[in-house]
Amino acid sequence: MKNNNIIMDIKDFDFTYPGADEPSLKNINMPLKRNKITAMIGPSGCGKSTLLRAMNRIHDLYPGNTYKGEINLYSSDGTKQNILTLKKENDFIELRQKVGMIFQKPTPFPMSIFDNVAYGLKLSGIKDKTEIEKRVKEALKDAAVWKETKDRLKKSALGLSGGQQQRLCIARAVALKPEILLFDEPTSALDPISTGAIEELISQLKKEISVMIVTHNMQQASRLSDYTAFMYLGDLIEYDKTNNIFLNPAQKLTEDYITGRFG
Amino acid sequence: MNRLLLNKFILILSTLSALVGLGFLFWILITLSYKGISSLHFTTFTKDLVEGGIRNLLVGQFTMALMASTIAIPIGMMAGIYLREYSSNGKLASIIRNLSDVMMSAPSIVIGVFVFAILVDPFRGYNGWAGIVALAIMMIPIIISTTDNMLSLVPKELREAGIALGGSKHKIILQIILKAAKVGITTGVLLSFARIIGETAPLLFTSANNQFFTMDLTEQFPSLTVSIYNLATYPDEASRELAWAASFVLTAIVLCINLLGRYIIRTKK
Repeated sequence: MKNNNIIMDIKDFDFTYPGADEPSLKNINMPLKRNKITAMIGPSGCGKSTLLRAMNRIHDLYPGNTYKGEINLYSSDGTKQNILTLKKENDFIELRQKVGMIFQKPTPFPMSIFDNVAYGLKLSGIKDKTEIEKRVKEALKDAAVWKETKDRLKKSALGLSGGQQQRLCIARAVALKPEILLFDEPTSALDPISTGAIEELISQLKKEISVMIVTHNMQQASRLSDYTAFMYLGDLIEYDKTNNIFLNPAQKLTEDYITGRFG
Repeated sequence: MNRLLLNKFILILSTLSALVGLGFLFWILITLSYKGISSLHFTTFTKDLVEGGIRNLLVGQFTMALMASTIAIPIGMMAGIYLREYSSNGKLASIIRNLSDVMMSAPSIVIGVFVFAILVDPFRGYNGWAGIVALAIMMIPIIISTTDNMLSLVPKELREAGIALGGSKHKIILQIILKAAKVGITTGVLLSFARIIGETAPLLFTSANNQFFTMDLTEQFPSLTVSIYNLATYPDEASRELAWAASFVLTAIVLCINLLGRYIIRTKK
């Protein structure tokens, strides 16, 4: 298969919010590499979150958006699917189990730590209790939050610290064994130590999962990612290996942005 | 003019105003307790109105309020959920919101007249069901607005997180969003219950009153508040004493429900 190293291929993609005259994303072409971390950088309002939120179709929570082009998901079972053609709720549910998302603010559900992770598994149709217990434990270990939570699994998740909550949310997403995880500025609400832990965790995750991360923090992009995309005013300006973007950008605009001349 | 003097003047004026307001409140509570407790006997709770007690009145009042709640809570909550979660704030939603707000401030006697016209007049007379419906009509807009407001406090990220995890919208609303808003909604429901348990006007010519113990909702139904209204105007001392006792009990009940609501907010938030 020729696209074996591609997890998601964004082709000629336009996105328009309801009621807007102009598309917020224009003609995006971006093949995302499997088992790599891709970072999206760019000033506020450039469309990076908008693009991220198209990749699991969470935009569809609010009606009236217009999509053009293709976003093809190449699952590890060899199937290819253009996610922009999905219409039924069941298809969306299946897509979101393959394409997980972590938000800026930690979003633990108002239930116990165990139930938070088990919830997604139950949604995906797993009923066997021992299977759920096993997967919850694995996920908490994978998300490096097992040590802090193993003695309080039945306690409310709302009692955890911000950094722990965020790792719990990652565990919740990882438990579903997604193909790709989307991170929307996952550390911008956290202190530096928690940020370090999350970054460490993300770089561990790429062995199993492909990662797309939106960040405002350029050091984070350069530390963490294999590929970097720079977006500006709804256009993808440059997309390349992270080293090239930061050390030898092809575009003047990219260079101006990463050297802090604007933005 | 001396700034400090003006400051002192305003301070004294506002303190005095607060004291006047509080004074009346305590005056009411003290008079009520004094007259109420002195007219209260053990038999007040064991005898029915016909024998000079309030047993049937308490049972009747609670029956109607609880039945009204079982009608109003599901309808109000579902309407609130529709407004906040499904309507995407369209035109219909804003019409419903406004109508519900108007209903909330509608004089309760008007609701009584309306129910009289649809449930009392066409049938053979005053009946318990009419009282229940009148109370439910009062309660529904309060619960709609509480549910709507409490759901609006749940951050939208929580909904998105649920959806992003592969949940369908109705599952996320029922299993996560309502859970997150549970404390606020429960408190709102309790307070709306406290509100309707003390209502007189919607019952006055719907369920009216009954001196005897009954659980038959097709008959006139015993009511504590309507009894207070009646007893207070009777010339004999015994009736007025019973009115005081009943008022005291009613106040205590409403106070307890309010305190419970506050307790829930404080401990569970």
